[in-house]
Amino acid sequence: MTHGRVLNIDLSRKRSWVEDRSELFNSRIGGVGVGIKLLEEELPKSADPLGPENVIVFAVGPLTGVYPMASKTIALFKSPLTGNLGESHAGGRSAVAIRSAGYEAIVVKGASETPIYVAIHGERVFFRDASGLWGVGSSLTVGRVIREREPGAGIRSIMRIGIAGERLVRYACVTTETYRHFGRLGLGAVFGSKKLKALVVSGARTIPVKDVKTYRMLYDEVFNAATKTAIMRKYHDIGTSMNVTPLNEIGGLPTRNLKEARFEDAEKISGEFLAENYLGRRVACSHCPVACIHLAALREPYEDEPYFYKTTMISYDYELIYSLGSMLGISDTEGMLRLFHEVEVLGIDAISTGVVLAWMTEAFERGLISENETAGLKPKWGDWKTYLKAMRLIVEQPTEFYRDLSMGVKYASDKYGGTDYALSFGGNEMPGYHTGPAAHLGFLTGARHSHLDSAGYSLDQKVLKENRKPSVEEVVNYLIEEEAWRQILSSLVVCFFARGIYNPTLTENALKTVGYEFSSDDLVKLGLEILRDKNRFKFREGFKIEDLKMAERIYETASPLGSIDREFVKKAVNLFYVKIGL
Amino acid sequence: MTAKRVSVLDSDRCVGCQLCMFACSRRLGYGGLGLSAILVRSIGGIEKGFTVIVCRACPDPPCQKVCPTGALTVRVGGGVRLNPDKCIGCGHCKEACPFGAIFWDYELNKPIICLYCGYCVKYCPYKILAFEEVGK
Repeated sequence: MTHGRVLNIDLSRKRSWVEDRSELFNSRIGGVGVGIKLLEEELPKSADPLGPENVIVFAVGPLTGVYPMASKTIALFKSPLTGNLGESHAGGRSAVAIRSAGYEAIVVKGASETPIYVAIHGERVFFRDASGLWGVGSSLTVGRVIREREPGAGIRSIMRIGIAGERLVRYACVTTETYRHFGRLGLGAVFGSKKLKALVVSGARTIPVKDVKTYRMLYDEVFNAATKTAIMRKYHDIGTSMNVTPLNEIGGLPTRNLKEARFEDAEKISGEFLAENYLGRRVACSHCPVACIHLAALREPYEDEPYFYKTTMISYDYELIYSLGSMLGISDTEGMLRLFHEVEVLGIDAISTGVVLAWMTEAFERGLISENETAGLKPKWGDWKTYLKAMRLIVEQPTEFYRDLSMGVKYASDKYGGTDYALSFGGNEMPGYHTGPAAHLGFLTGARHSHLDSAGYSLDQKVLKENRKPSVEEVVNYLIEEEAWRQILSSLVVCFFARGIYNPTLTENALKTVGYEFSSDDLVKLGLEILRDKNRFKFREGFKIEDLKMAERIYETASPLGSIDREFVKKAVNLFYVKIGL
Repeated sequence: MTAKRVSVLDSDRCVGCQLCMFACSRRLGYGGLGLSAILVRSIGGIEKGFTVIVCRACPDPPCQKVCPTGALTVRVGGGVRLNPDKCIGCGHCKEACPFGAIFWDYELNKPIICLYCGYCVKYCPYKILAFEEVGK
């Protein structure tokens, strides 16, 4: 049985052990529900995010490997970017690999003195030297080397960092299966601070189900909904980049550091254009029929030799197009793809990187910083070649200025000025939606300050269609209800893209087939409880409601629903915390 | 009656969702991939695409030839059948298959042999697999 087994890995002592926490899983399902409790237990109060006392919890759920699309791994840690709750989700093969190895959670603690990577093959855990891998320029090479050295092709996950993680860039990511990421809030830097280059997981344990007949029937229901109805079509066909055109049309696509919300060259970075001209392959996470991962094939000539080309497969999604496309005013499609590739090579979060570069460009434009700071670079909207260089400098940090940029846009703007147009929420760089008050309130109040917390942009777009303005109450109720239910999805570890399929009734029935008794009402209540737990954890670590501020720029640039009203935002923030009871 | 097998029509179309693998274990009443007789893995990294490995039902199967206990017998029309009572778990069959299409049940310490049931084919969303007569 894998049920409730938690693998503990101590990097300081190079020891591992398994604990039975089935009582915790029985009451909190798995994923974030269990993870936040483990983090609370294991992480000392006020711990240094980059010290050995920081803890990383990876958790999967009871439907992982059993039903389609329950293939997310939830990582919880203390974020070196915000200094508070770090939470990041990734797909690929990580979740199925963890469960098949015989675990429902993995807790990584301590720190190694020398670079290592950890390989978990079923019951066996190996601490392997990674001195030779430390400093390797491309995270793709790191994946390639480990792939050759470790067993388990097809049933393993290789989670690794690039040099950005080694150099403690506060928004470094952890990459898994080349194209999926624990992207946000700096898990890569936490790996780096622990001298942990990679975590390899593989296994082939069977997962028993309680009621096989109902299981097969429900499985078919989920499978048919995912493959034969329109529910997943958007993700399936063009993918998340489908958002570019409609967001631009309504004027909600942040452009040039949100000086504008429409991009005149949006067509050239749109999902339709990319699919038509560059889409080279589509890829899926393990146990997901949708295959939303879109890879562009970029063919480039070598300049020193005629008739010599290389073709690079580059993953693209809406958030990258926003942050490394419209936010930087880039209309050269291939230039934008090169930026996507570079964040992959370096191992940095695309959203944060784009927002930092956009702030840098505007600060340079306004003369707040000069070539003295930028080491000779002249950042300019649309100039992807300069951005390509700047990215590498953020990672290599040859000067104080680039070291400051590696700390995030809040840190940099607090030091150099330009806070009015430094786009971050709770210390996390802004996602790509300027659709109206609900989106921004979601970024502000969301436990991890992500667009995925409560998806306020959906409400904005709905009321825009209905040509009305929502009340404070309506927005707050929507955000809480959405964020609370998403805690259940991320406890089951169901992908948010499948939220239309995993409604409370189906979830209740699916859980029954694996031995969990939760009514749909229980689930809704538990969702809210987990949301409260996460916020309580944030308060424990020093979070203050009065610190929640939006950059002036958000108010200045009109959204599709008009200018965002300060009073509205203030009232909504206060009401949010009253309503969740904190 | 003619013998059938799972054919891989075009592995370049494969997105690596592994639903066929899950179907194989589910057919036997389990979640996960532990009992799967089909494997989807990348060909040197996901950027390069995937390969699908499944028993091709050889008419003259090498796995059967190296079985020291007679646990594997040739199926009429191609492929093999396993008699688990006779199997000692030596693993020679696994070594002998040039495609790596014999997998291992680590809990029982016996090979996993394709049952030629075609269940996995029904769950391939991208028409990579087909259930057809051997030799077609």
